[in-house]
Order: sequence, then C-alpha cells, then structure tokens
Amino acid sequence: MNIAVCAKRVPLSGGRWELTADNLDIDTSGASVGFTTSPHEECAAEAAVQLVEQLGGSSTVITLGVADSEEQVRSLLAVGVDRGVIIETDGSEWDPQATASALTEQIKAGSPEGAYDLVLLGTEAADTADFQVGIRMAHALGWPVVTNVKGMTIDGGVARCERAVGSAREVYEVTLPAVITVKDGLNIPRYPSVPGRIKARKKPVDTVIIEKPAARLEKVRLDLAVEEARSAEILGTGVDAVPALVEIFKNIGVL
Amino acid sequence: MILVLVDHDRGVLDATSVQALTAARALDSDVEVLLVGAAGRDAVAELATYGADTIHLAVHDTLTDYAPLASAKAALELVSSRSPRGIFTTGTPRGNEVLAHIAAILDAPMAAEVLSVTFGDAGVHEVVRNRWGGNLTETARVHNDLLLAAFAPHAIRAENATGAGNVTEFTPNLDAADTAVRVIDRTGGAATGVGLAEARVIVSGGRGVGGPEGFDVIEQLADLLSGAVGCSRVVTSNGWRPHSEQVGQTGTKVAPDLYIACGISGATQHIAGCRTSKTIIAINTDKDAPIMGYAHYAVIGDAQTILPELVAATRAAKE
Ligand SMILES: Cc1cc2nc3c(=O)[nH]c(=O)nc-3n(C[C@H](O)[C@H](O)[C@H](O)COP(=O)(O)OP(=O)(O)OC[C@H]3O[C@@H](n4cnc5c(N)ncnc54)[C@H](O)[C@@H]3O)c2cc1C
Repeated sequence: MNIAVCAKRVPLSGGRWELTADNLDIDTSGASVGFTTSPHEECAAEAAVQLVEQLGGSSTVITLGVADSEEQVRSLLAVGVDRGVIIETDGSEWDPQATASALTEQIKAGSPEGAYDLVLLGTEAADTADFQVGIRMAHALGWPVVTNVKGMTIDGGVARCERAVGSAREVYEVTLPAVITVKDGLNIPRYPSVPGRIKARKKPVDTVIIEKPAARLEKVRLDLAVEEARSAEILGTGVDAVPALVEIFKNIGVL
Repeated sequence: MILVLVDHDRGVLDATSVQALTAARALDSDVEVLLVGAAGRDAVAELATYGADTIHLAVHDTLTDYAPLASAKAALELVSSRSPRGIFTTGTPRGNEVLAHIAAILDAPMAAEVLSVTFGDAGVHEVVRNRWGGNLTETARVHNDLLLAAFAPHAIRAENATGAGNVTEFTPNLDAADTAVRVIDRTGGAATGVGLAEARVIVSGGRGVGGPEGFDVIEQLADLLSGAVGCSRVVTSNGWRPHSEQVGQTGTKVAPDLYIACGISGATQHIAGCRTSKTIIAINTDKDAPIMGYAHYAVIGDAQTILPELVAATRAAKE
C-alpha cells in the first residue's frame, strides 16, 4: 500500500504570538519562535508508518511550504516515513483551493512504488484551520473521504474509521483509494530515535516548484486576539499558599 | 436569502448548529433552513423556536443516517432552485464537512472559523475569522458570488425567536456514491464521571506533574470539587493520560468556572482550549511561565508537594 501524508510547517512560540509590522504574518524572528508540524499531522505520519509496517508498501510526506520545510519533512522521515516531496513556495500563503490542487497534482503523479492508495492529512491545519483541503483533494481525485478520524483500521482494502461525537464514536467505512483526515489522539506518535534521525538524512526529498494561483480566500490582515493583559495575583509560595487556595474555592462557590 | 444548514442527530436538534441561524438572521430578513433526513421532522418544532420560518427537509430512502456528501448534494439543489447569496453552517465537524463538500463541488472558496461576515458587491465579501485556535484573527476577502461560511462554534450565542416553522419536503436526486460514506455504526456513549466539556471545575496537569502517578492527587482534587481531570499534550503524548482529557487547540475546548493548571506552562495551543474559563489558577515552579499572563491567581512552587496538602485542606473544609 502506498500512502501519502500531507503535512505543513508552522511556527511554534513559547509565549504569545507577535505580528510583523504589516500585520500579514506571525513574526518568526524572535528567539522563542521555532517551527513544527501539527499534532494532527504527526498522528497522520505515525498512522502511515504503522500501516506500512503492517501491510507493506511505502509512505511519502508531501508539504507545500518554504525550502526550510525540509526540517519538518526530515523529522517525519526520522519516525519512519520513506521519502518527502516539497512543493516549494516563497513563504507567502496559498489559500486552501490552491493548496488542495497543488497537493492533488502530486497524488496524481504517484510515488516511485506506484499509485497512491491512501492520502492522510490533518483535519485542519494548525495555523489557518480551513477544514477543507482533504475534502477538495478527494473530489479532485474522485475518491471518498472521511474526516475527523480518531480511530482507523485497514483490512482487505477497506478502511474502518471512527470519529468522536461527544463521548461516543461514529463508525464509517470506505473502500480505498480514499482520503482520510485525522485528528490528534488517533495514536501516540513515536519520538524519532537516533538511528531514525541518521537514516532520515539519507532519505530522498524532492522539490517541485509550481506557479501560485490567485487567492480566492484572500488574507487581508491578522490581529492578535483581544484579551485583557493579565498578571496573575500571586497567592504565595509552596504549601503556605494552600489556605488561600481553599479560600478562593469557597469564594467562587466550587466548594 | 441566506441558506443555513442545521444539523440533527437522529431527530435531536444539534443546538450548536443553530448558532449559524442566529448569525444569518442578524444579516438578512430572508433566511431559509435545510434539514437532511426524514428524522429531521422531529427537530422542526424546536428549530422554529430559533426563528426558522422556512425549513426545507430533504427526504430520501437512502438518507437513514448522516452522510456528508448526500447533505451537500441536497443543499446544492436548493442553491439552484432558491439562489441564496450565502450558505452558513456552524463549524462543528459535520458543519465544516458538509460545507467543504459543497465548496469542492462548486470549486468555490469557503471560509471556516468565521466570527463575522460583511456581504459586499461584485462577488467580494469580507469575513473575520479565527486562526491558531482563536489566538489570532484574520480579516479576509472571499472572492465568489455565493459566500460559504462556517462560523466558529460558540462565537455566537443561539437566540430564541418565534418562527413559523413551515416545512417543505423534497426528494434530492441522489445516487449510491452520495451515501457511500455514511455513519454505519456507533460505539460507546455511556460517559462515566463528569464530562470535560461540561465540567464546572477542571483540575489539569502538565509535564510538571511528573508522571502518571502525579495524577492521583489531581483526580482526588477533581473529585472533591465535583470536577473533571484535564491535561496538556505533553501528558497525552507521553501516554500518561488518555487523549479525551487533553485541553487545547487539538484537544477539547473548555470554559469551566474554575480551571486549575498544575505544572502547565501555558503554551498558546493549550490556552486556546481554556482561555474563556471564568477563573484560572496556576500552580507552577516558574513565576515567569507564560501561564502567569492568563491566570487570575497563582501559587509558585512544586505542584507535587502542594497538591497533596491542597487535597487534605479541601477535604477538611468540606467536612
Ligand atoms: C498545532 C499545535 C497544537 C497543539 N495543541 C495542543 C493542545 O491541544 N493542548 C496542549 O496542551 N498542547 C498543545 N500543543 C502543545 C503545546 O505547544 C505545548 O507543547 C504543551 O501545551 C506543553 O505542555 P506542558 O505545559 O505540560 O509542558 P511544558 O511546556 O514543558 O511545561 C511544563 C511546566 O511545568 C512547570 N513545572 C515543572 N516542574 C514543576 C513542578 N514540580 N511543579 C509545578 N510546575 C512545574 C514548568 O515551569 C513549566 O511551566 C500543540 C502544539 C501545536 C504545534
């Protein structure tokens, strides 16, 4: 089985976000800002690696992003994905329609092992939360799609998928080839091992460049969420503060 | 006219999905609603109490349970026959999903996580929407005549109003492929203890709790306060607690009266899930941890020594 995982490089801050002067992007120049992939996509990669371990085949991570996205691609190769493809951008954002069509072209092109049987993505991207790229890809490919998946098994070319509804789970079944968009909690992604990281350096990562279409969901500006700047009232240090905590429990009526 | 897709589960109205109806009614006096599946009949009376006048009910032999593509196809028939200027949903998993199918079929842009909408002329509309789990907002232009918008859940409170509740049933043109992906079974459901999303009090633990055993006292404190246990992603990714307890952008969003964050740094993705809690208390060894900028009260110190004392004192106070 040949599996594609679509994942994205996104900034990660230890503290609050700051914006660039033109209000168009997150300021990533600060020392506390790094980059990562979303938990949803880490779970998608873990699922791909597990399925290939179980059923054989290959896995490919495909990302649309700047050349430096190689860092995130290699980190997924380090947990066992076989190869990467970077659809390289200049760092400006692609809207969900443009993203879906660029990714779809890569799926149609197939992997060196043959046509893809399964595309895994996060249900939504960490930064833009558009909730639609996987569904658009499925329509462009003529494949079925299940979203919000938190449990998945594949047997005889059929994927059995579960999604959470309150405390219950809904069950869906689709015949492959299919697109499945997953959520954090699908599995516990493994940490890259040292040999995994060393192997990842040698795995193939291809770069393709295509033209960016005009945005139809066009970002005009970003703003920080309005929030009262708070500074916690320090009740004390260590166990000495316990009586003050109990007092607060009483005051707000939870005791 | 704005068409609103309202959801029900086997006849029980999804109260969250009604928020999009309130959003639409604030923008247009002409709003119509689509319900899909014969069981939707049971949701009509309640739906009318949210001001629904015209309700289209899509009925088909194959529509026995939720099937996203079939719902989208039913909505597309109304796009042809009723020519709405917008289709609104609430961004529940189903609301986002059905709208994205519509967007994909029409090859039209779709805005998710929407907070507000301004219809424009000449096929360009403006939306304000959440990004990064609500830590940022984006103002965006949507280039299409028909505006497809999924509202961020709970950004708008559903308001009651008297609606006529007139129902028109129709049979959409569906083939087998439209219901190939549908709910075929359900599992679980009997929740034990207080559910995270509904809990009035949440005692949450992060890396600073030290390990799975550190959650014993957190469970005890949650029990004493009739609350639920929460945790950070570091905790679930270490396998200390199940993912169902994770609070945050990729976990559950909660808004309890009291949120106690023990050994949690306060990363924006964690805060995205608990920022609207009425009172936040942090217990953390680091007085400069980001959580201090969100908490109302804090205790500086080792959660592993403070929590057992707090459990004892809380128990004593209850007696
Ligand atoms: C797209 C995306 C989505 C994410 N979604 C989520 C999500 O849904 N939920 C979530 O939680 N995270 C999420 N994360 C991860 C998030 O960025 C942080 O990594 C995570 O929240 C940190 O967990 P933590 O606070 O337990 O650990 P840390 O950040 O390591 O913080 C531990 C804290 O404990 C304190 N501490 C240490 N020892 C003690 C002690 N003995 N007593 C008291 N305090 C102590 C430290 O001072 C520190 O502040 C997401 C990340 C991304 C990129």
